[in-house]
Parts: sequence; C-alpha cells; structure tokens
Amino acid sequence: MKLLTANFLSCAVKACKSSPLSFPLHFRDAELASKSVPYNPLLLSNLLPRLDWPALVTSSKELGFTLPDTKPELPRLSTSTGGDDGDMNMSVDGGSGVGEEDEKTLKMLHKVLMETEVVEGKMVCGSCGFEYGIHQSVGNFLLPSHLV
Amino acid sequence: MADYEDQHVHQVYDKIASHFSATRYKPWPIVHEFLSTLPPGSVGVDVGCGNGKYLNVNPNVFIVGSDRCENLVRIAKDQSPTQDAATADILSQPHKPSSFDFALSIAVIHHLSSPERRVEAIASILELLRPAGEGKALLYVWALEQKSSRRGWDENSEQDVLVPWVLTKQFKEPSKKGDSSESSSGKVENAPESEESKPFLRYYHLYKKGELEENVESAGGKVLKSGYEKDNWWAIVERAT
Repeated sequence: MKLLTANFLSCAVKACKSSPLSFPLHFRDAELASKSVPYNPLLLSNLLPRLDWPALVTSSKELGFTLPDTKPELPRLSTSTGGDDGDMNMSVDGGSGVGEEDEKTLKMLHKVLMETEVVEGKMVCGSCGFEYGIHQSVGNFLLPSHLV
Repeated sequence: MADYEDQHVHQVYDKIASHFSATRYKPWPIVHEFLSTLPPGSVGVDVGCGNGKYLNVNPNVFIVGSDRCENLVRIAKDQSPTQDAATADILSQPHKPSSFDFALSIAVIHHLSSPERRVEAIASILELLRPAGEGKALLYVWALEQKSSRRGWDENSEQDVLVPWVLTKQFKEPSKKGDSSESSSGKVENAPESEESKPFLRYYHLYKKGELEENVESAGGKVLKSGYEKDNWWAIVERAT
C-alpha cells in the first residue's frame, strides 16, 4: 500500500464514519519498501490540492518521514509531452518549464507518496481501535460479521 | 444474503481469479471514454476493480481499486504500479465520504442478491463522491435483454440466475480435469454434473431496462446519462442535491 493511499482511507465501520478520529488510520508495525514507479509531475502537481496535508504529515511521521508542516505550493502543470515516462518538458500556464525548487518538491512528493510502499503492518482506527492488516503490500479492509 | 453472496460470488471469484483475469483485458469503450476525459489529478475509486483493467487507462489520475476477492486485488496491484488496490466490501468501504472526484463500479452491483442490497451498494458508492455535482460515478450491470448474445436471454427470462464458469485446464489446481471456457446457458441444470468438470456458479441479477436508473434514484442519486452497450446497462450518476 502506498503512503498516498492512506490519505484516502478511513475506517470501514459505519459508526466510525462520522468520527474525525477514524481518519487517517494509524500505521503500526509497518515494514516499508521503496518501489520504483514512473515519475509523473502532471499527476503530482494536480493531485496536491486533493491531499489532506495534516493527515499526510501524521501518516508520514508514523512511517518515519518528516514532511513540511504546511502544504508546499506548486504551479498546476497543464500539458504532458513525454507520456508515461514523465518527461519534465511541461508548460506552466503556457510559459517556461518547471523551476528548480518546484522540481525538487515534485521529486520529494513522488518519492514519499508514490514510491513508499507499506509491505507489512497494520492500520488502526483511532475511533474504534479495529486493526486492519497489510500483508504483502495489500491492505485487508473486510470486517468480521459482528462489525458489519 | 451475505452468506449466499459469499458462497455464490466471493468464493467463486477466489477460485477462478487467474482464469477470469486472463479473459478480462480489453476496456469497454464507454468506460475508456469516462476515464480518459477526467482532468489530471482527479482521485477516484474503482469499486469491484477485479484484475484492475481500468486502473491504468488514464495515467494522470489516481485510483484506489478495491475488490472483495483478494486474489484479484493482488493481480490488480501487480499490474498497476502507479495506482493502488485493497481488499474491501462494497457495503463497508474503507474510504472517507465525500472525498472522490469519480467512482467506477463495473459489473459488480448485479452480484448483490436482493433489491435492498443493490440499492445500498449504489448508495455506498454515491456517498464517496464529492457533493454538489463535483463527483461522478459510472455504473455498469449485466442486462437481461441480450437476445443476440450466446446466452440468448430476453426481457421475459428469469432475472436471478446462477451462471457457470468452467476453468480451463491451465488454470486448474493440479489433479482436476475438465474442458474449457465459460459456458453460460443461464440454466444451471444444463451444466455438466461430474465432479471433475464441475463449473463454478456465480449469482447474477440481470437488469431490466430502466431498473438501474430506478435503483440509482432510490439510492439518492441523479442519473446524468444512461444507455445500453453490448449486453450491459450503464449509467453516469452524481449525488442528488
């Protein structure tokens, strides 16, 4: 499971949906791996507004990363010229390419969000305490029948 | 109901996962169109993602796929390095409500075995979408009206059926034998009976014209567009305000 995915997961128990404690789920005993995936700045820069940054900072801390306290600001890239391999030759508002600082931020986000994979471990709900297992990179969110 | 689906849907997919996956590779045109026109950076779910054949259609969006069948989730995840997938149930989804730009649920809702559960499944998908028309879902279900398909069902056929799946040799566990391919007469009694070639039976509710739209409205959704494509009914929906 990617660190990015944790930003879109919450407890599957219905009674927990209204509790702010059910998001984000908390990592425990996590084993990490770095998995190389194609770099896609077009996706990353447009994904940024969708992220719950404080939740991401919490999840990252649990996995041993430190992210800046506030969401980085990036221009939203609009066109891709390179296809899947994430060519950096992009335009920002039809203008010049991505600046050095922005590129550094994008590469950092890529590494943390896309390439950080939780291979084994647990995700725990802060509201009901239920533990969801992650095994061989796949999280299991099926509930026992008494919690459905 | 849940037990019935466990036996006639979940356990079957677990057994047939590799063979099923090998037959599912070509995206349907309307699904392709829906995904390709999403703006970059859109975040979505694919509820009942199966082998993940829709996860990689548009590399500029992020999709969390989920499926009840862990064997299919593993295939989906292996084939989709830039996306993600997890094991989950459509009626208890591990997602934050109101947080997704889009949702897909292709050939899934017809596996739930009562009208109430099918409406609940649609409601649980709608709940994930961003409100006020900012999130859209594409739903696909198998049609009752498929006179020209090899199954030959029409509007007068039985809507609740068990459809056999026969594993081809290469996908069988060792020690089992039998012949090949999906044989779907819709009538269980036509299926081979011997233990060796015993087919796996999957439960389906075959949708009649207009029924998907009715279910969407009962679930608190609004139909934006709907139609029929190759033996299936589909609808693009959003949350009703």
